[in-house]
Amino acid sequence: MSTTTQQEREQRQPDAMPLAPREFGRWAWRQFTSMRTALVLLFLLALASVPGSVVPQDGVDAFAASQWREQHPDLAPVYDRLGLFDVYGSVWFSAIYLLLMLSLVGCIVPRCKVYLDALRAAPPRAPRNLERLPEHRSFATDEAPETVLERARGALPGYRAVSHEPGTLSAERGYLREAGNLLFHVSVIVVLVGFALGSLLGFKGGVIVVKGNGFANTLSQYDDFVAGKLFDEKSLEPFSFTVDDFDVTFITEGREAGMAHEFTADLTYRRGLDGEPQRQQIAVNHPLEVDGTKVYLISHGYAPHITVRDGAGHVAFSGPVVFLPEDATFRSFGVVKVPDARTRSGQPLQLGLEGELYPTYGFTMRTGPFSAFPDDKDPLISMTAWRGDLGLDDGVPQSVYDLDKSGLTQLKNDDGKPVRLDLPLGATQRLPDGLGSVTFDGISPFVKLQISRTPADWLALLGVSLALLGLLGSLFIRPRRVWVRVRRTDGDAGGPGRTLVEVAGLDRSSGGDLSTRIDTMAAQIKGAGREEP
Amino acid sequence: MSHDQFEVLSNQAVAVCAVFYFVAVMLHVAEWAFARSVAPARVAVGPDGEPLVDAAHQAADATGRTAQMARWGYVATVVAAGVHLVAVVARGLAADPVRVPWGNMYEFTLTATLVVVIGYLFLQRRLEASWLSPIVTGFVLVTLMVDVLLLYTPVVPLRDALQSPWLVIHVIAAIIATGAFTLGGMCSVLYLVKARWLERRDVAADRPAGYLARVPGLEQLDRLAYRTHAFAFPLWTFAALIAGPIWAQHAWGRYWGWDPKEIWAFITWVVYAAYLHARATAGWKGRQAAVIALVGLATLWFNFVGINFFFGSGSQHSYAAELVARTLGG
Ligand code: HEM
Repeated sequence: MSTTTQQEREQRQPDAMPLAPREFGRWAWRQFTSMRTALVLLFLLALASVPGSVVPQDGVDAFAASQWREQHPDLAPVYDRLGLFDVYGSVWFSAIYLLLMLSLVGCIVPRCKVYLDALRAAPPRAPRNLERLPEHRSFATDEAPETVLERARGALPGYRAVSHEPGTLSAERGYLREAGNLLFHVSVIVVLVGFALGSLLGFKGGVIVVKGNGFANTLSQYDDFVAGKLFDEKSLEPFSFTVDDFDVTFITEGREAGMAHEFTADLTYRRGLDGEPQRQQIAVNHPLEVDGTKVYLISHGYAPHITVRDGAGHVAFSGPVVFLPEDATFRSFGVVKVPDARTRSGQPLQLGLEGELYPTYGFTMRTGPFSAFPDDKDPLISMTAWRGDLGLDDGVPQSVYDLDKSGLTQLKNDDGKPVRLDLPLGATQRLPDGLGSVTFDGISPFVKLQISRTPADWLALLGVSLALLGLLGSLFIRPRRVWVRVRRTDGDAGGPGRTLVEVAGLDRSSGGDLSTRIDTMAAQIKGAGREEP
Repeated sequence: MSHDQFEVLSNQAVAVCAVFYFVAVMLHVAEWAFARSVAPARVAVGPDGEPLVDAAHQAADATGRTAQMARWGYVATVVAAGVHLVAVVARGLAADPVRVPWGNMYEFTLTATLVVVIGYLFLQRRLEASWLSPIVTGFVLVTLMVDVLLLYTPVVPLRDALQSPWLVIHVIAAIIATGAFTLGGMCSVLYLVKARWLERRDVAADRPAGYLARVPGLEQLDRLAYRTHAFAFPLWTFAALIAGPIWAQHAWGRYWGWDPKEIWAFITWVVYAAYLHARATAGWKGRQAAVIALVGLATLWFNFVGINFFFGSGSQHSYAAELVARTLGG
C-alpha cells in the first residue's frame, strides 16, 4: 500500500532534514501527516480527555462544578484559567483534535488520489523472482501451459486477473479495503462537523413544572439554559404545554421497596402561538417532540402548598413550593420567601422559611426525623423561620432554593430555642410574637423536564455509522496479490518437456492466512494434472 | 420456579461453575507441568547423541498424560461454561419482571467472563489455541471470585431509564467487545512475555522448555491478537459510539454528554484506534503495539469497575447511584 511505502521512506531517512525552506516545508508536512504523528496525536487526545472525568464540568453538571469551586477556592481560579471546568471546549483540547483533523486531511487526500489511480491500474507485473515473495509454491506438470493458466484463472474467483506477458498471470483482489479505510477516516471528519454544528446551534434547558401549571417556550421560562455560540434566541420554536397529571408507581414490597418506576406525565401542548391543544403522555425514554425540539421527563419531586398569613391576618403567600429531593426516600429541601408580609401594626416585614419535606414521615430517637418511603403517604414539613431582609432587592439574582441569611435573624420561642414548624398535611402553626401563621394545605407532584434541540446530531450519527461501515471493510477485506508463472522446460534425453508452475502471493494487510490460501490455490491449479514435486 | 428461586439457582450455578473452572485450571497447570518434563531437547537425546530409550518411554508416557490432561481440562471448561450460562440466564429470570441480566456491575462481569470463555472455546476449536487455556481459565476464575466477593448485588428490576431496546443492544455489544478485547489482551501479554523469554533464552538455554515453548511464535501471537482486536473494535465502535448515544438520547435527551463513563469509553476507543495504527506504523509494530493494546484493556476495565467506585454518583450511568437524586441536584 502506498502509505506503507511512504512509511518506509520516512523510516529510511528520518533525520535527513533538507535546508531549503520549500524542501523543509515539504519535509515538515510529510512528518505532520505521517502515521507516527497520527499515533502521537491520538494518544494526546486520549490523555487530554482524562481530566474531564475527574474535574466536574460546567457543561455536564454545573451544580457539581460550582460546588467544587466553593470547596477549593485556591485551586479553582487556576483550574478556570486552564479550562479544566470545560475541558472539551478548552483551547488545548480543541488544538489537539484540530491538529489531528488537519493531519487526517493531509493524510487521506493524497491517499484518495493514489487509490483512484490504483483502481484504474491493472495488477502489477509478476516480479522476476517469485520465490522471494512471502509465499511461494512450485510444481511441475505435463499439461500445456495454456491449460494451466486457464485453470489458474478459474482458481482466482473475485480477483482482477490480467496476463501482462505470455506465461504469467497477475491477479489482485480486495480493492475495497482501502475504500473502506478512506470512508472510515472521512467519516471521522463528518462526525466532528456534526458534533461541532450541534453544539454551536443547539440548546439544552431545564425547567421544573408543578402539576397543573404550564410552560411556554421562551427563554425567561427556563430554570437553566445552555446554548451554543451560534444559537439564536428567536429560533426557539413557539409552543406551550401544561402538565395535567403525573404518575409514578413505587414498589411497596420486597427488597426493591421504595424504588420508583413507570413515571408518566400527561401533557396538553399547543404548537405555535395558538395551535390546537393536543394531548400526549411522556415518560422516561419517551419524549414529546415539537418541531425538532424535544421535551424529556427527567425526574420528579413534591411541591407542598403552603400558605403564610401575616400578623395583620392577610394571606402574604400561598401556593405550591418546589422542594428538591435530596435522596432516594425523597426527603426534600425547600425555601419559602415571603417578601410582602406586614406586622400586626402594619409595618412591612419580610419572612423566610426553610426546611425539609418528608413524604412519609418517620421518627426514631436514634435517627431523628426521616422519610420512610418516597411516596407521599403521610407528608410532613419541618421548617425554621426567619425575619429581616431577604436580599431580594439588591439586584443580585438569587436562587429560589436558597435562603440568603446575611440579612435575616432566626425566630425564637420564648425559651430562646429556635422555632421549628412541624406541619403534617392540613396543619397550621402560629409564628411567635404574633407574626402570623403557616399552613400546609396540600401537596402536588412536580416534574423536571429537559427541553433541548441538537440540530446536527443526525449528521454525527450518520458519520459514525458510515465510519463503522468503512471500518468493517477496512478490517475484514484482505487485499491480496497472486502471481502465476508457467514455463516449459525441455525434457531430458529428448523426452517430452514439462511445465513448471510457480504460484506466489503477497498479502497487503496483516491478519490474513496467506499460506493456506496459496496452498489451496496451488492444489486447485494442479487440479487433475499428475503430481510431482 | 419463582423469581427468588431463580436467584438462588443463579448463585449456586456461579459457585458450581467456579469449581469447574478451578478444576480446569488445575488440570491445565498439571498439563503444562508434564509438558515441561518432555522438553524435546533434553529428553530425546542421550549424551552420546543416541535417543535414550528410557527417556523416550518416559516422554511418550508424559505426552500421553499431557494430552489427557488437556482433554480433561477442556471438558471441565466446557462444563463450566455451560453452568456459567445457566447462571447468567437464571439471573435474568430472577428479576421481576424478567429482564436482560445486565443491570449492574455484578451481572455485567458475570456475562463478560462467559463471553471470554466462549470466545476462547471458539478459538480453541478453530485455531487450536490450547495454550490459551491456563490463562483463560485462571483469569475467569479470579474475575468471578472478585465479582462474587466484591460486586455482588441482589436482583433488582431495571430503572425506567434502563428499559430501552437500545440498552439491550448497547450492552450486549459492549459485553461481547469487552470479552474479545480481554482475549486479545491475553494474546498481547503472551506476546510480551514470550518476546522477553526469547531474548533471554540464550542465556538460560538449559532451562527446561515449559509453557512458553508451546506458545506459538511471536508473529502468530501478534496476528491472533490483531484478529481478536479487529473483531472487537468495530463492535466497540458500535456499542460505545452508536447504540450508547442513541440510548442516551432516548433516556436523557442528549447523544453525548461527556459523562465519566462516556469519556472513558471514548478514551478506550481512541487507544484501540492507536493500537490499530501502531500495527501499521514502522517502529511501532510488535512490542509497542502490544503495550498499547494493554493500555486499551486497562482503560476498558477501569471504565467498568473503576468508574463506579471513583466517580460513583458523578456518572449518570452509575449503576450504584440513584438517577433521581442526581438529576435533581443540578
Ligand atoms: C481522527 C483520527 C484517526 C482515527 C480515529 C483513526 C482510526 C483508524 C483506525 C481505527 C484504523 C484501523 C483500520 C484498519 O486497520 O484498516 C486506521 C487505519 C489507518 N489509518 Fe487512521 N485514524 C486517524 C487518523 C489517521 C491519520 C491522521 C492518518 C495519516 C497518517 C491515518 C492513516 C491510517 C492508515 C494508513 C491506516 C491503515 C492501516 C493499515 O494498513 O492497517 N489515520 N485508522
